Amino acid sequence: MSADVQLENVSVRFGDFTAVRDASLTIQGGEFFSFLGPSGCGKTTLLRTISGFQELSEGRVLIGGRDMAGIEANRRPTALIFQNLALFPLMSVWENISFALEVRGESKQQRLKRADELLELVALPGQGNKRVDELSGGQKQRVAVARALCAEPEVLLLDEPLSALDLKLRQHMRTELRAIQQRAGITFIYITHDQGEALTMSDRVAVMRQGMIDQVSDSTTVYDHPETAFVASFVGGNNAFPGRLTAANGTEATIDTPDGTFSARTSSHSALAVGDESIVFVRPESVFFAQESEQGNLVEVTLVSQEFEGHFWHLVLETQGGRAVRMSVMNDGAPARYQPGEKLTIGFSTTNAIVLPKGELAAE
Amino acid sequence: MISWLKQFSSRNGVGLSVYLLGTVTLWILVMIILPQLLMLDFSFRHNWHHMDPAKMGGPEDVYTLVNYHFLLYGSPNNPDPFNVVDVTVFFRTIIAAVFVTIFDLAICYPIAYYLAQVAKGARARFMVLALIVPFWVNEILRAFAFRILFGEEGTLNAILLALGILNEPIDFIREDVALYAGLGYAYILLMIFPLYNAIESLDKNQIEAARDLGSSWVRIHHRVVIPFAKPGITSGCTMVFMLTAGALALPQIIGGPSSLWFTQIIYQWFNTGSNWPRGSAYAIVLLVVCIAFVFLVMRIFKVRIGEIGR
Ligand SMILES: Nc1ncnc2c1ncn2[C@@H]1O[C@H](COP(=O)(O)OP(=O)(O)OP(=O)(O)O)[C@@H](O)[C@H]1O
Ligand SMILES: [Mg+2]
Repeated sequence: MSADVQLENVSVRFGDFTAVRDASLTIQGGEFFSFLGPSGCGKTTLLRTISGFQELSEGRVLIGGRDMAGIEANRRPTALIFQNLALFPLMSVWENISFALEVRGESKQQRLKRADELLELVALPGQGNKRVDELSGGQKQRVAVARALCAEPEVLLLDEPLSALDLKLRQHMRTELRAIQQRAGITFIYITHDQGEALTMSDRVAVMRQGMIDQVSDSTTVYDHPETAFVASFVGGNNAFPGRLTAANGTEATIDTPDGTFSARTSSHSALAVGDESIVFVRPESVFFAQESEQGNLVEVTLVSQEFEGHFWHLVLETQGGRAVRMSVMNDGAPARYQPGEKLTIGFSTTNAIVLPKGELAAE
Repeated sequence: MISWLKQFSSRNGVGLSVYLLGTVTLWILVMIILPQLLMLDFSFRHNWHHMDPAKMGGPEDVYTLVNYHFLLYGSPNNPDPFNVVDVTVFFRTIIAAVFVTIFDLAICYPIAYYLAQVAKGARARFMVLALIVPFWVNEILRAFAFRILFGEEGTLNAILLALGILNEPIDFIREDVALYAGLGYAYILLMIFPLYNAIESLDKNQIEAARDLGSSWVRIHHRVVIPFAKPGITSGCTMVFMLTAGALALPQIIGGPSSLWFTQIIYQWFNTGSNWPRGSAYAIVLLVVCIAFVFLVMRIFKVRIGEIGR
């Protein structure tokens, strides 16, 4: 069973501080939905509001169409996986997993059976009698998932459960979680500040900034069609050229910046008028080397440094105005072609550049 | 041992190491081991041992079990099969101490839980202060105040009579209500603080996780909080039990006239009876039985001694 989750104008305040501001969205039943945002933007607060541990100051939370106001955490059809997992250290693995059944007064036999099934599901067969502190980080994580699934929630809420794991394990667990979600067929609401995690696993992503939801879309749309300057700068690397719009024709616009005059596509979500302050965003992988004689978006730069990262060279360049520009070049096996200090011309196409209204950028 | 000493002195510096080792050794030897050994030695002596220098060290001055025998069987012309008065008082003291301990635990657990997990910041600090400050009042003042409160003409009776709850006054002191209330109150901090420490270190998320999985509050305490707080519960209970069983001033002042506390009997041997060996023997029996009892209970609740220190 899976249920959809609706947030209607949800605000959460701590004293004068607003942790979540007027959040409204609908998460489909059975969806893998992620909230992505920098540390402190209110992700945990929002999740705790859905699970019933945090009272909201305004608005409504509906799960499966039912208003959750006045329904306590232990009566909601949600299960929360905590940022620190919060397994019970004094219980064995199987007791942890079947705790929800213990609460319902099921027999020990029933609980053992169900725990075994769930251990199978999370690929930890036969580990039920271990103590929690005998497990590795990844195993603990899976036990936490199994414990939550045992409650048969309609919505599973996950608060950065992978953040404590090393890179390899994290990547492995991503696939695993996604597989578990598809097998269990329930709604997953996943929280992370790691964009890679959000983009690879989710059906849709909500990008949060200081308690507000900036954009809700699927992964590729978030990456390719950001709607705000914050989303453009937070999700993936991006070069920003602030300037002023001088002409617009509906899908494309011309922007005057201190580093040159560029043309870029506009976002259908943000209306820009001539004269507006705006920012042109270009991804490092969309930047290419150009000839001075070429037409289009060209910038004169000096190479500052270059880093080798296996399949990419990452170059840091500086415009004549002193703006840093990042560029990623596919490694074709040839040795580094340029030396730091060398003067170069780079360019980018109009379709690979997007112009958005001026706004807050993500911290580097 | 030598290498441990070297390590210890390189970690703390020679001056501090000598001071620490010196004072701790002195403390353990002079304040703890030596006096208890003297008492133990005393308990196996005849009473004339230290009073009659002529016989001292003579052929009759040998170790004896008379004092322990007396506790069990009384004087030779005792008609009963055992020393009814002393043995009864002994067990009554132990049982009463157990009840005071359970009573304190029941009262303090919710308070400690509230302080450790629910209240925050200023309110928690205020509550702790409100718990501590009353203990600035010294024991004797508190004890006599309890007499006024609980006496037959006392405040409590006056209130209950005025409210019409009672028709005639109850002598709370004769009924030992005052004593139990006083003992229960006297060591309440020694129960609250170990409990508070233990519960405070429990990750709030564990409580919420249990809640999230549908658990009632009763089950959360039963399955998550209490197992976690067991070391704190044990150390609180042990302290309250030991101190209650060994209390003297309160039973002396607010105990009912008919009910003796075992410590009062011990005191009588030392004081009016001027029989130090017998007093020592009684005190040692109390000590040993209390320790044995504590270990037994820890065994039943599966707590290891090492956990208490945590
Ligand atoms: N109980 C609280 N009282 C006061 N302020 C709070 C409380 N809980 C959270 N906040 C504040 O709300 C903001 C959002 O916190 P939240 O824990 O939701 O962030 P987050 O997005 O989960 O961050 P992270 O990625 O670091 O976990 C923070 O500025 C935090 O200080
Ligand atoms: Mg968080």
